[in-house]
Amino acid sequence: MKVIRISKTEWQGGLDKARTGYGLYGPVKEGQDDHAFRPLAPGEFPDMSYKNSKMSPKELVHPQSEPMFQYNLNPADPDHDIMREIAKDATAKAVIGIRPCDADAFLLVKRNFDTPIYRDPYWVTAFESFTKIGFACNQACSATAFCTSAGSGPFHDAGLDVLLVDTGESYLAKVVTDKGQHFLDVCGFSAPAADAASQIESLQKKAESTIASSVNTDKLKDQVTTELYDAPFWEEISFACINCGTCTFSCPTCWCFDIQDETKGKQGVRMRNWDSCMYPLFTLHGSGHNPRGTKVHRVRQRFMHKLKYYVDKYQDGIQCVGCGRCIRLCPVNIDIRKVCNMMNGYTACSCAVS
Amino acid sequence: MQNPYLPYPVKIDDIVVETEDKNLKTFTFVFLNPADEERFAYRSGQFAELSVTGKGEIPIGIASSPSEKGFVKFTVNKVGLVSSYLHNMQKGDIMGIRGPLGNSYPWDVLKGKNVVIIGGGFAFTTLRSSIVYMLANRQDFGKITVIYGARTPGMLLYRDELMAWEKRDDIDMHITVDGTNDPNWKYNVGFVPTITEKKAPQADDDTYAIICGPPIMIKFTQPVLDKAGYAHDHIIMSLENRMKCGIGMCGRCNVGKDFVCKDGPVFTLAQLNTMPKEY
Amino acid sequence: MSAKIDAIRQIARRLLSEGKVDMVIGFQKGTLPMMNEPCFVRKAEEADRLVWDSHCGINLANYVTDRKERIAVVAKGCDSRNLVNHVIENKIKREKLHIIGVCCDGMLDKRLIAQRSQTEAQAEVDAVEEKDGVVSVKAGALLWQAPRAELLQDNCKRCRHRNPVLYDELVGEPVAEKPEDDYEDVKRIEAMSPDEKWAHFEDMLSTCIRCYACRNACPLCYCPTCFVDESRPQWVGKSQDPIDIRTFHFLRAYHCAGRCTDCGSCERACPMGIPVRQFTRKLNKDCEELYGWQAGLSLDQRPALDTYNPNDPNDFIR
Repeated sequence: MKVIRISKTEWQGGLDKARTGYGLYGPVKEGQDDHAFRPLAPGEFPDMSYKNSKMSPKELVHPQSEPMFQYNLNPADPDHDIMREIAKDATAKAVIGIRPCDADAFLLVKRNFDTPIYRDPYWVTAFESFTKIGFACNQACSATAFCTSAGSGPFHDAGLDVLLVDTGESYLAKVVTDKGQHFLDVCGFSAPAADAASQIESLQKKAESTIASSVNTDKLKDQVTTELYDAPFWEEISFACINCGTCTFSCPTCWCFDIQDETKGKQGVRMRNWDSCMYPLFTLHGSGHNPRGTKVHRVRQRFMHKLKYYVDKYQDGIQCVGCGRCIRLCPVNIDIRKVCNMMNGYTACSCAVS
Repeated sequence: MQNPYLPYPVKIDDIVVETEDKNLKTFTFVFLNPADEERFAYRSGQFAELSVTGKGEIPIGIASSPSEKGFVKFTVNKVGLVSSYLHNMQKGDIMGIRGPLGNSYPWDVLKGKNVVIIGGGFAFTTLRSSIVYMLANRQDFGKITVIYGARTPGMLLYRDELMAWEKRDDIDMHITVDGTNDPNWKYNVGFVPTITEKKAPQADDDTYAIICGPPIMIKFTQPVLDKAGYAHDHIIMSLENRMKCGIGMCGRCNVGKDFVCKDGPVFTLAQLNTMPKEY
Repeated sequence: MSAKIDAIRQIARRLLSEGKVDMVIGFQKGTLPMMNEPCFVRKAEEADRLVWDSHCGINLANYVTDRKERIAVVAKGCDSRNLVNHVIENKIKREKLHIIGVCCDGMLDKRLIAQRSQTEAQAEVDAVEEKDGVVSVKAGALLWQAPRAELLQDNCKRCRHRNPVLYDELVGEPVAEKPEDDYEDVKRIEAMSPDEKWAHFEDMLSTCIRCYACRNACPLCYCPTCFVDESRPQWVGKSQDPIDIRTFHFLRAYHCAGRCTDCGSCERACPMGIPVRQFTRKLNKDCEELYGWQAGLSLDQRPALDTYNPNDPNDFIR
């Protein structure tokens, strides 16, 4: 494990050097107490005092609205009605201060967008253009965080190129990939921190002990999908839901989208926009039939997708990193921790079927 | 990196009104760039996204057969925004096709086997593709039986071809309508499940049934096949769900862990039995 | 507070065991501080799940829309006004409804309390307690207190109908009502120049993520297909174009004109904390000034924009 010590006095100077080779992104304060990941203007630095952003940084790679193609409907134009690709920005970017759970989430989403058969050029190009400089959480960001039982954790470095650990007077930069090493080189951060391993380890232990909530996932993979689907608790779980989709928009591991043509005059773009399994329109057939026509269907879909279908498909983990955003932002207090434990502990029995 | 969302530009070469209610039209497309036709190499049972510029895309089963060269055909029901607009388009208009998409009928499994095709209404499109394909490769298959029904004679798709197949002796055709007052109708009258009960061959290891039709037809045909002894892994079905991307990315068409667009649309009944009924 | 909980549970138990209703809709204790979850109870023995406190801000009228069962529903003043709307607009039959009216002291503003805790202690709210009109908040190492009246939701501070206007039985003693609303918040925006107003709303909506939580939390928004979801014709684009976002918010507010009870569910539900009531409040003020109309006070009167009266002031049309 290679670790570099970055004194906080050299931090901003180093980032300024990085601007020559990278477009910088990081958490900035928005509104009274919120943070969002934004491009950092010259002279602007990531707010390293933040806990986590209100919305997840997935929008860096998968924007809420993204043009895919442009077209021209003017019949006099020889190119009319033919979709033309829009150049994708593949220039090197670095996101500074991303939290381990959010970086890990990109790896989960990658399984959907970067497959052996198809690669989504928008997502993959954006993903690969980023160097991810993670920022370990010295303490739980919230009482709703359950990262340590969701396959991630406050010092988890999967999906990161560098993991920064705040020791007070300096950052310890754990080099995770060559991409990360390159970034540190460009910044001019090179002071080795030979004795850092034990310091990181003790901070990690301390941080993990502050993660107060957890979920049980051990039995999910052995549950029979159709039995869980037919479990009697879905009506109760979904009752309060207003199908706003805030859980899915704020979730770092939700990726669903819609494709729409938007025409102005004779010019137009084929756009993709975030969509949500919470919306009735998401699955409505042209015929009027809707396979997920009620909110029970839709709420079940969200939880089954994250906690069972994903498990069935990849035989590994859950499609959740435990960031807790959906719990904090849900207007009616639907809590994935509660649902996950109900699903994990479910035992089908004939008496339970109404 | 190849962009799987980019449609191949095509020109509408022909438009045929298929049914008496004029809600179904068959569009023949030719590729603007001949090389795209080779890239669009497909198998019967696959579908494609028809892209109407400025309106959007719709997933439609491919009605032509890989054995037919120089064009691709799609039969489109007029339902929503894109299909309604498409129905008003003219020969010579430019649009796009993206695909082929989906998994197709399992032709490697079906090779050398008897195939029973059961279709209803306007879901006969990929079945037409399959029949044309099997007849073009007749030596690769055993007995071919077709049961196809519509509400009325005027609602049957591809009527000229159906009549031509009726006259052949290497395919066993059973055309039916729910009802008709045409005194010259010389084929079956009755619902598809009833005709299936009468005409479908008994099951054996070497006989596979492909069913494609409205949910109500499938619901009543399945017990008939069960009774005739068809194993659930010998019953092959094609699902429909709302789609956008067609390549398993956008997330809406899943049934359990599987995407209808990428892992389907073709599933055996044995597979469907293990999946939630969200289609 | 606990006396009200006891009363609600008792009523629910009685209604269910006597078979008077099929379900009782109320609140159960949430998993987070300041959050209760709308829930239903179908069996008398489960009535003890029901709770009532200062965190029941969601409007339960939203949960009875188009339901066919015989329902008992817990309703504070604003919920009861929306139930009146629902009955008038045929979204629920009065005879299928048993309204458990709760005299309301106003709901606490969870966002305000969270923000103050965050600002003063960089901490989440761990617990909120109330005694004698004082709210005590524990956030990390910090314990802070404030008079309850200061921490109410903005709509509750302005509310003139805390006592249910329609009910079958009443929980709690009726509380004193505020005589009028000064609409000082609306007047402040009305006083702006057109450019200032535009800039104000532009800034206010800049964080909207188009989740439509405001719409979905609102009992008034029950259209089978909302205009923003319509595809033929498509009135509003689906991207993050600011014009589409404004179109949604402006039109949503107008669809609620003469129907809004200022229950605050929209604002409470917004994940981004956008004060969307600024739009509906303006229309409430107009309805009151032009027609002397407040929504949901009587079953015998059609909403202001649903009736025609030769004496209606109509200068704004001419």
